[in-house]
Amino acid sequence: MSRYSVFSLIANALNGQTGWKPAWRDAAPKPAYDVIVVGGGGHGLATAYYLAKEHGIRNVAVLEKAHVGSGNAGRNTTIIRSNYLLPGNEPFYEWSMKLWEGLEQDLNYNAMVSQRGIINLFHSDGQRDAYARRGNAMRLAGADAELLDRAQVRALCPFLDFDNSRFPIKGGLMQARAGTARHDAVVWGYARAADRLGVDIVQNCEVTGFIREGDAVVGVETTRGAIRAAKVGLAVAGSTSRLTRLLDLRLPIESHALQAFVSEGLKPLVPGVITFGMGHFYVSQSDKGGLVFGGDIDGYNSYAQRGNLPVVEDVAEGGMAVMPLIGRLRMLRAWGGLVDMSMDGSPIIDVGPLPGLYLNTGWNYGGFKATPASGWCFAHTIARDQAHAFNAAFRLDRFRSGHIIDEKGVGAQPNLH
Amino acid sequence: MRIPCPYCGARSSHEFAYLGDAAPTRPDPSAPDAAEAFHSYVYERDNPAGPMDELWYHSAGCRRWLKLTRDTRTHAITAVVFAGTGEGAR
Repeated sequence: MSRYSVFSLIANALNGQTGWKPAWRDAAPKPAYDVIVVGGGGHGLATAYYLAKEHGIRNVAVLEKAHVGSGNAGRNTTIIRSNYLLPGNEPFYEWSMKLWEGLEQDLNYNAMVSQRGIINLFHSDGQRDAYARRGNAMRLAGADAELLDRAQVRALCPFLDFDNSRFPIKGGLMQARAGTARHDAVVWGYARAADRLGVDIVQNCEVTGFIREGDAVVGVETTRGAIRAAKVGLAVAGSTSRLTRLLDLRLPIESHALQAFVSEGLKPLVPGVITFGMGHFYVSQSDKGGLVFGGDIDGYNSYAQRGNLPVVEDVAEGGMAVMPLIGRLRMLRAWGGLVDMSMDGSPIIDVGPLPGLYLNTGWNYGGFKATPASGWCFAHTIARDQAHAFNAAFRLDRFRSGHIIDEKGVGAQPNLH
Repeated sequence: MRIPCPYCGARSSHEFAYLGDAAPTRPDPSAPDAAEAFHSYVYERDNPAGPMDELWYHSAGCRRWLKLTRDTRTHAITAVVFAGTGEGAR
């Protein structure tokens, strides 16, 4: 398969666009692999790509029950950022940010990574202190952060309601390197790059069981037959418990529905990503002009990939409080994803808990931004049988040992994270 | 989603606060395996895709705790009682 370049563009323009080939092979499963990655979303495909690229493990299959990118990879709000507070989280997300910055050259694929910045608005003195602390923590971990005062925010986003009587805007914490990426292109770019290194991407192949030898997991039963592998990694987000149930494992995970929305198209308005600090509402503008926004999860366990109406109302109320000019805007579409809420709001990338099994789960409402580092760290964990320093804190046994990573401080109540 | 409260009748889920899975029960803190049992009680969940017993609090209504059986794939509610007493089935 040829590289994409200006020369391939010109050559195909001259031959009537007849020279383009499928970006990856539609592979049939082989009877055995070195590694099976279950889940053909961004995280699973990135894992396979980095296994091949960084660790030379190319006899890898990615098994996807539908088509690649049909789960949360196609249902997010495309935001990339590394504005976390806690030591276990921030270095990981900053590594992800650095991988985003070189992703398109690495994959030879236009993922439309756009570092248009994120501003977390604050509305009180206490919140300003909290965001100043967060910004300092980010800078200590090598990320960028800048505390903006009210005039600086107004210069960037004059359309916000600065003098809302309940939630006046006092300023914001900005990460200029944050931004958005094209979610589908990320999936396709990783799929194509992994395929070029020899990874088999097997679609319409649902895992229905595991092949065991004693305690060890040595393969999977699928709708396309049994496939054996020395190592099996799960990267299936909100469906994790459905698979681990087959292994009699109980995990610190609940599955919830998270909604997102897009409005009709507008001329360029929102410069980057804006989050409302007093309610849960965040918004960015897609390159097609629609406002892409979201808020809280629905609030109760759900395996339905659709959302409820009270949260639609709640998100709209948050939007109206901070950005009243959207009041006459029509919502075009709303969708729901199946998010894997963990008990402390932070992810799990770990060896085990059974021999031959590797877990990648607990991404909560924020898995998209983590895609490159999640794949990179999961590949390292699978290849070396131990975590990299970046994911060393994302252990499954942290709940037993008490080393939880609770950014929000709400405890073991996933619907509140 | 409308929740059939035994006291108030069918009401919007927006009136209720969600606690979660009703299955975990508080272990005996004096048992020899209490540490392990509490880890499981606090953190580990079955997280079923299907019918699940769960606790809801009717905070904007009768302020009673309810235990209801809901299918997490469809949100169909097949049973509801007052939590604790198990009365009020409807």
